[in-house]
Amino acid sequence: MNAPILEVKHLTKHFPLKNALGAKTGQVRAVDDVSFALQKGETLGIVGESGCGKSTTARLLMQLIAPTAGDVLFEGKAVGSSELPLKEFHRQVQMVFQDSYSSLNPRLTVETSIAFGPQMHGVSARDAVVRARDLLDRVGLDPKRFAGRYPHELSGGQRQRVNIARALAVQPRIVILDEAVSALDKSVEAQVLNLLLDLKDAFDLTYLFISHDLNVVRYISDRVMVMYLGQVAELGETESIFATPLHPYSQALLASMPSMDPDHRTEAPPIAGDPPNPINPPSGCRFHTRCKFAQAACSVNAQPLLAYKANQHYVACEFFAANAHLSIASTEKAAAELTEVHA
Amino acid sequence: MNTFSIATAEKNVLAVEQSPGYWSGVFRRFSEDRIALFAGFVVLILVVLALFGPWLVPADPYQSSMLKRLKPIGTEGFPLGTDELGRDMLSRLMIGARLSLFMGITPVLFAFAIGATLGIIAGHAGGWINSIIMRTIDVFYAFPSVLLAIALSGALGAGIGNALLSLTLVFVPPICRVAESVTSQIRGRDFVEAARASGANAFAIIRVHVLGNVLGPIFVYSTSLIAVSMILASGLSFLGLGVKPPEPEWGLMLNTLRTAIYTQPWVAALPGLMIFITSMSFNMLSDGLRSAMDVKQ
Repeated sequence: MNAPILEVKHLTKHFPLKNALGAKTGQVRAVDDVSFALQKGETLGIVGESGCGKSTTARLLMQLIAPTAGDVLFEGKAVGSSELPLKEFHRQVQMVFQDSYSSLNPRLTVETSIAFGPQMHGVSARDAVVRARDLLDRVGLDPKRFAGRYPHELSGGQRQRVNIARALAVQPRIVILDEAVSALDKSVEAQVLNLLLDLKDAFDLTYLFISHDLNVVRYISDRVMVMYLGQVAELGETESIFATPLHPYSQALLASMPSMDPDHRTEAPPIAGDPPNPINPPSGCRFHTRCKFAQAACSVNAQPLLAYKANQHYVACEFFAANAHLSIASTEKAAAELTEVHA
Repeated sequence: MNTFSIATAEKNVLAVEQSPGYWSGVFRRFSEDRIALFAGFVVLILVVLALFGPWLVPADPYQSSMLKRLKPIGTEGFPLGTDELGRDMLSRLMIGARLSLFMGITPVLFAFAIGATLGIIAGHAGGWINSIIMRTIDVFYAFPSVLLAIALSGALGAGIGNALLSLTLVFVPPICRVAESVTSQIRGRDFVEAARASGANAFAIIRVHVLGNVLGPIFVYSTSLIAVSMILASGLSFLGLGVKPPEPEWGLMLNTLRTAIYTQPWVAALPGLMIFITSMSFNMLSDGLRSAMDVKQ
């Protein structure tokens, strides 16, 4: 396998909780020791329920908030080091936010918003506007009609197209899409997803696609990372994860997808209760409080990521093979060669 | 690397439909607001009086006459009566607009420049810079504004310059507070995050993304302070700390005429009425501006 374009090592973000006097009373473990690698040209989907640290991971990657610990390497170079200053990193990696309205300046025309980024990287105002209009064309908005408009005059889908153009304006190589299509209605969502796939080919992009919508993630992603309470539960190729989820949480998450078949209705909730509080996460495996296969050891041992199927699929559950017998039949064949890795 | 086709883009440079801008929308909404238009009209009259008063007055506002003291409203030759020294009230009220408006607007302008700068810096920077600026501002908040103005003027000594200075200091904290809060709201919006993510520095972000969104609300809030400033300045004059006699200023006139409140109550109330009309007009004008600038989705 080639060297990854973006490598994340032990990324950790703890938000301190302070009392009125500023003394530290605890911390929210939003992201806890997350490691993964992004290969050039792939789309990595990140899924998980609300509050599992998906968006915090995105903001950490974007260097919008400072990590408590851990490193982000772009093409092997540490971000923020002398080799790769933050400004140069921000030319390579861009982000599209969920709220299409909030992410555009209401006082600026669409083309001014798009042209802002390139100008910050030394492109002349005239060239930046030319580039903005070209990009509007590429995202399916006629520059003649849309360049001079203000965000409130556009629909949600059009605004998100503008946001995509804005992200592409500095000619990045990685685009982080943080719930970028989640706020759109279904038909528009499909159009924007297809636009994203077209742009990926046209500009040779690598995507990090964050969503809570499993169908969308399955459609667009090459690989999927399942997060639970600030940690990686499972990471593998999309079809491998959707066909044979190994982690009990992934199994529950996939079982929660609405069934398209009226003869096989999803009736029993596959998972009970709310996620535990990330301020005091459960000891050992963080999922053991809600896991139907939990054993005594689970509340003691933190679960490392185990590699399976020649390092194509990782799971943070040492009992997944045993659980497979108790669980759906498709995972029975999963008890194959196991090697512990330090991801 | 990606290549953007300049050829197609050059074609697009030709003609782009320009949407009517934000300010033309503000102007349209404002022109539909009758109350604000009326208030604006009154303010316009006051400004004209302030600018051209000396050429418009019917009589000499400084000419006193012991024989014509405290004539009632409607007296021959003195449509609004005379004051305790027999000077023409109409002329003095017209000339008084000059100093009263000056004392109302100038401190607010200075305070706007200082307070908005501090507040935008505090709101955008956050963290310890915010703490230092805002906790310092909070110290000023500990005093009621009237007391602070009187105390500062008293300590600095009477006179217009010192009154302006003390009023400016009184208005910096509230403007700074408003500037800080709108700026930190804008800072939390995704488009500022996106600008940071595009590699822009703080200066460029403030210039392009913050100022356009915060100056309007801060300005509107400041215009509402003009009325307060006028009343405080009148109060200072009333206490002998601002404008000195025989200059006509509404607060000072109110003070010197208070002895006549039982003999000529209507004449004695006229400067107060002017202060009331002016402050109401400024308040309604800023109210109208605020609703005109409020873009609801």
